[in-house]
Amino acid sequence: MGTADVEAVWRVESARIVAALTRFTGDFGLAEDAAQEAVAEALVSWPRASPANPAGWLMATARRRAIDAIRRRAALQDRYALLAADPAADRTIDPEIDPDRIDDDVLALMFVSCHPVLSREARVALTLRVVGGLSSEEIARAFLVPVPTVQARITRGKKTIAAAGVPFELPPAAERRERLGGVLSVLYVIFTEGSTATSGDRLLRPELAYEAIRLARTLAALQPDEPEVHGLLALCELTAARFPARTGPDGTPILLEDQNRRLWDLPAIRRGLTALAMASAHPRHTSAGESTRGLGPYGLQAAIAAVHASAPSVEATDWDRIVLLYETLGRVAPSPVVDLNRAVAVAMASGPAQALAIVDDLIASNRLPGSHLVPTVRGELLARLDRRPEARAELELAARLCPNQPERSVLLRKAAALA
Amino acid sequence: MSRYMLIMRGTDETNAAMMASIDESMAATGRFIEDMMKAGVLLAAEGLDDPGRGVVVDFGGEAPVVTDGPYGETRELFGGYFLLDVATKQEAVEWATRVPAVRGSKIEVRRVAEADEVPPGSEGNGQI
Repeated sequence: MGTADVEAVWRVESARIVAALTRFTGDFGLAEDAAQEAVAEALVSWPRASPANPAGWLMATARRRAIDAIRRRAALQDRYALLAADPAADRTIDPEIDPDRIDDDVLALMFVSCHPVLSREARVALTLRVVGGLSSEEIARAFLVPVPTVQARITRGKKTIAAAGVPFELPPAAERRERLGGVLSVLYVIFTEGSTATSGDRLLRPELAYEAIRLARTLAALQPDEPEVHGLLALCELTAARFPARTGPDGTPILLEDQNRRLWDLPAIRRGLTALAMASAHPRHTSAGESTRGLGPYGLQAAIAAVHASAPSVEATDWDRIVLLYETLGRVAPSPVVDLNRAVAVAMASGPAQALAIVDDLIASNRLPGSHLVPTVRGELLARLDRRPEARAELELAARLCPNQPERSVLLRKAAALA
Repeated sequence: MSRYMLIMRGTDETNAAMMASIDESMAATGRFIEDMMKAGVLLAAEGLDDPGRGVVVDFGGEAPVVTDGPYGETRELFGGYFLLDVATKQEAVEWATRVPAVRGSKIEVRRVAEADEVPPGSEGNGQI
């Protein structure tokens, strides 16, 4: 067995192993360290002799490393030394995964990795490594940061969890929904970084978007009655379905109106629509504790993506429905970005003049300072109104503010075309 | 990330063995499907009906010839598939080793060619 084989087994087993070990040791950081040691050992020993049961081997080895760590720690404290040397102590850590418990334990692992005491970067790194089974190297590559940076985020994250005394359990009912929202937002951050990279020379990082989709599928399987989990999964599937048409062969972004819709991934669209139907099928609980049948923020964004996915062309898109969905989204989850997107939809449904009024309101209230999105949209609207010099100035401003290289090139090309 | 199909290939004997303990085998397959769903990798899974109820369309001659029944002289029977969305081929293989398959049967692991790929062996570089 080679490195890729070890990594494959690890990918399948990591969440279950770390979850089971955390359950038995009560120490998330220790469990994660022990599991990583087991993988490191597998990388050395499996190429020489493949174990008959690779998953069992990883679990048993990780368990031994966890016991070693507990002993080392206990040996520092005399009064625990005897206890730890007692062979009976070994039996307190069961090497087997308890099938009745493991789903809750994996879920608890997701809640710990996305805990609000952690920084956003630490949540993302811990979730990808501990739940997703990615290596620090893979995470570093995906986020264009050095490997030591990722390692430091994970180490600090584990220390923060320990220092805050975060228990390894499902959040109590009263906090559950809010904490689930926290998990969803981590998955969404991972997905959006994959679907519109905030930096670097590529627009898309499909491998990162894939990790988010995979984690969302896991969460949907573990929490099938939570509509927003299905809503997020639907949003990711429907957005990723357009990836094949979103960039040209050289990586240049292709705008929605110019995309070859035959390149859209039809099975992904079907999966997205199925997930959206699941999101609509369950009553949703608002933060105020009320039950509503309406879609939540992720479900509404998925519904918008679904309108696009079902349309044969930009012209034949049901823009009125999209405007309505953005209005609802603006009420459920107010945000200047939602208003800006609504302006784009209004421009398509009712013309650029009405849309420009919405954008000018946004600028007047200075709710999106420094964002390249506002001048991008404003420039497009002005161009459609044939106010060319103003349009050009806006697009040039947008290009200066835009952090993504391929997007910047498109903006500059558009500005130049208005000369 | 790529899609892989795990194709179940049985024989008359393995099919008979499976039918002899169909309840157990259905339960084991159900657990396996659940594991893949919880790992976020399962896209689809189907089992095929009795090959004796199938039809073969043979393109050996001038016009297609339609005959009832299984493949005839062929020993291996395509019995169903799992479609997975995984990061690597090794991961697809790892899942394949976990299929609760009857002794004597085989599982073929094949990658699904994506729309933007040039088929291997044709003009062009063939690699993405």
